[in-house]
Amino acid sequence: MNRALRPLLATTAIFVLAYLAAIIQFPAMLSTRVLGNFLTDNAFLGIAAVGMTFVIISGGIDLSVGAVIGFTTVLNAVLIMWLGLHPLFAFAISLTVAAAFGAVMGAAIHYLKVPSFIVTLAGMFLARGGASVLSPDSIGIKHEVYTTISKSYVLLPGGGRLTVIAMIMLVVFVLGMILAHRTRFGSYVYALGGSEVSAGLMGVPVARTTILIYTLSAFLAGLAGIVFSLYTSAGYSLSALGVELDAIAAVVIGGTLLTGGYGFIAGTFIGVMLQGLVQTYIVFDGSLSSWWTKIVIGGLLFLFILLQRLVFSAAAPRRKVFWKS
Amino acid sequence: MVNGSQPVVQARGIVKIFGQHRALDGVDFEVRPGEVHALLGENGAGKSTLIKILTGAYQPDGGEILLEGGPVRFSDPLDAQRHGIGTVYQEVNLLPNRSVAENLFLGHQPTRFGMVQRRVIEVKARELLATYGLEIDVKAELGSYSVAVQQIVAIARAVELSGKVLVLDEPTASLDRNEVAKMFEVVGRLKARGLGIIFITHFLDQVFEIADRVTILRNGKLIGTRTLSEVTTTDVVRMMLGKDLAFDHGGVGVAEAVQGPVRVQFKSLGRQGKVAPFTLSLHEGEVVGVAGLLGSGRTEMARLMFGVDTADGGEISVGGRVVSIRNPAQAVAAGFGFCPEDRKLDGIFGELSVRENIIIALQAKLGWFRALNRDEQDEIAGNYAEALDIRAANHDMPVKLLSGGNQQKVILARWLAIDPNFLILDEPTRGIDVGAHAEIVRTINRLREEGLALLVISSELDEVVAYSNRIVVMRDREMVAELSGADIAPSVIVAAIADNRGSQAAKMETSA
Repeated sequence: MNRALRPLLATTAIFVLAYLAAIIQFPAMLSTRVLGNFLTDNAFLGIAAVGMTFVIISGGIDLSVGAVIGFTTVLNAVLIMWLGLHPLFAFAISLTVAAAFGAVMGAAIHYLKVPSFIVTLAGMFLARGGASVLSPDSIGIKHEVYTTISKSYVLLPGGGRLTVIAMIMLVVFVLGMILAHRTRFGSYVYALGGSEVSAGLMGVPVARTTILIYTLSAFLAGLAGIVFSLYTSAGYSLSALGVELDAIAAVVIGGTLLTGGYGFIAGTFIGVMLQGLVQTYIVFDGSLSSWWTKIVIGGLLFLFILLQRLVFSAAAPRRKVFWKS
Repeated sequence: MVNGSQPVVQARGIVKIFGQHRALDGVDFEVRPGEVHALLGENGAGKSTLIKILTGAYQPDGGEILLEGGPVRFSDPLDAQRHGIGTVYQEVNLLPNRSVAENLFLGHQPTRFGMVQRRVIEVKARELLATYGLEIDVKAELGSYSVAVQQIVAIARAVELSGKVLVLDEPTASLDRNEVAKMFEVVGRLKARGLGIIFITHFLDQVFEIADRVTILRNGKLIGTRTLSEVTTTDVVRMMLGKDLAFDHGGVGVAEAVQGPVRVQFKSLGRQGKVAPFTLSLHEGEVVGVAGLLGSGRTEMARLMFGVDTADGGEISVGGRVVSIRNPAQAVAAGFGFCPEDRKLDGIFGELSVRENIIIALQAKLGWFRALNRDEQDEIAGNYAEALDIRAANHDMPVKLLSGGNQQKVILARWLAIDPNFLILDEPTRGIDVGAHAEIVRTINRLREEGLALLVISSELDEVVAYSNRIVVMRDREMVAELSGADIAPSVIVAAIADNRGSQAAKMETSA
């Protein structure tokens, strides 16, 4: 079996077991309502985590994600409420700005040979600071498009609601999987994570791929920002604080190797859902502090990093070779 | 066929200069289609520089490259690949984390509607590898296969994408005998297909086994190109080491009579796959020279002695007492010193001052709680700088600003400061101006006269004979000869290094 699949299987098993345990304690958790809320509440995190998965597979890290989400919510609110633009037009502008921001970070990482950690840290301060300059206060968004979108949903059997933003997240995951596993771009991302030197010698367009990876991550962070503003009907410079860290946690729990080269978009989905499960459990329990989410996520992260070490540091099994003479 | 055809790639009068140093000086080289052309030379001879120029990684400062008769310039390795020159490096430059099939076709995957057609790639990969006699699961990660398989995948990719010239840079360095045979089978097939193959290695027997011609470089200069069927191993070794053997060096050697008690003894010290067990005693006031080609196990032997690599058998005794040396700190505690081959990488601390570089081993030996104060440091550094004639403007300048010879003396001073029993010098004159060679040789002689036991590894035969009481010869990771007295002469050493290909082949057959 492929070694890289093992952490993913472990995550899936843990998710299933944890969900079963939760259901035994609170049978009400087994319903499409809960499931629908899972998806809706974590839509912005999931979308951002897809971008983060690409970045981490390529061997980098993107710390600017949360700040870009925050910036996009404010930019959206400003464009719609202060300048009176149509929301769809505002979305297009926000996404373009976010993508351009990512492209600049990617270019800096590649051409200046600065670690992605530092460049995106700078990006994080810039985006968060820029958002606060635009508006230090929360701006409520009132527009019929916003009301329509947040009211629309598909009714699931069992009374659950699959909201528009949940659907956006699911679509992003599906597209992300196709992009990662079925396109040349996807294979280049894995190649960079395997060895940038080898990739270059093999003809991978390293510069273009690096720039595209950070463009994609920032674009998806922008999309997550739009989803977040739809979710909260507001733009606030301090929203989505620390979401980049939740996204990294989801990616790693989902079986992607922090050092790059191995990983699955589908794993990230389970990573996000696992975080949602912990939150929901805490809501159902009622007596636990919501900070327990962080503690559980911390414990899981630690477990998975340990697991990856075990799986990948054990000498690779040598396959049998059949030589024809 | 080989002799008549036009060269597929040809380098004429190539010059490459790094700073002050002429890495290549007017080198000519050519490969004909259907020919395996070996490129030989010791470290620093210019092999890798020449290859980097042929494959576009470097640009030549002079001379020209002709591809099928027409002049070309390669902007980078990819450009060379597009022109038909593919390279396979010793450390396989593929992606261990991706499947075999993807490694073969990355960047050239057939797509439909932007989707990579994985099935098509897998079928093509299977077919392609079958032509190399390899049947493997192409969906599996490349990293899960042995280096030999990875090499062949790399060759298949290079040939698929380029198809005129294949450069093999030490492809057999980490393969066992069976794998080498498979690799040579593949090379034979490609040769029959009319590819020009450049084969770089330091295994002489492999050169004679597979290559048609050999080109030998030394110190950046072309020594000659020969058809292998017309030369012997001794000829090749002589060309590589560049000694004029007609000239008799007798009388230069060191009198062996003056010999103190045994200082250090290594008994059947060895490590599987690195060095066969060897036994060697060094006396007070004795220099033992180590001769052998690159890759013969010279450096590995020194690393075992100093505990850089751990021996898996044998024992070491110092002054008659058995000591355990499993890491360099224990070696230093036993009074050993080691000046490594790659001074810049393993020896000096470039940013630290001359003084700090000199006292660092002594300080390490003293430990945390007995810090040398500034006065003591200055005194020690000053004494040794004077004794060894280290020329530095002052002792607080970074050691990287010194010349190679002075850096070497700084490392020597570092070990002399711990008052050693035994000193290992690995290629002490490499990368040092020729003028400074004599000075290092004089220093070695003086240390011997002062009663130190030294082991000196060197490929400069003239120098080895000038300071050694005895010489041991390494070949194929084994100590094969111990020379003393009248045998300490370059001609005897060359004969011992090149010795009897017949018995070597026999030995390999039994081990295979």
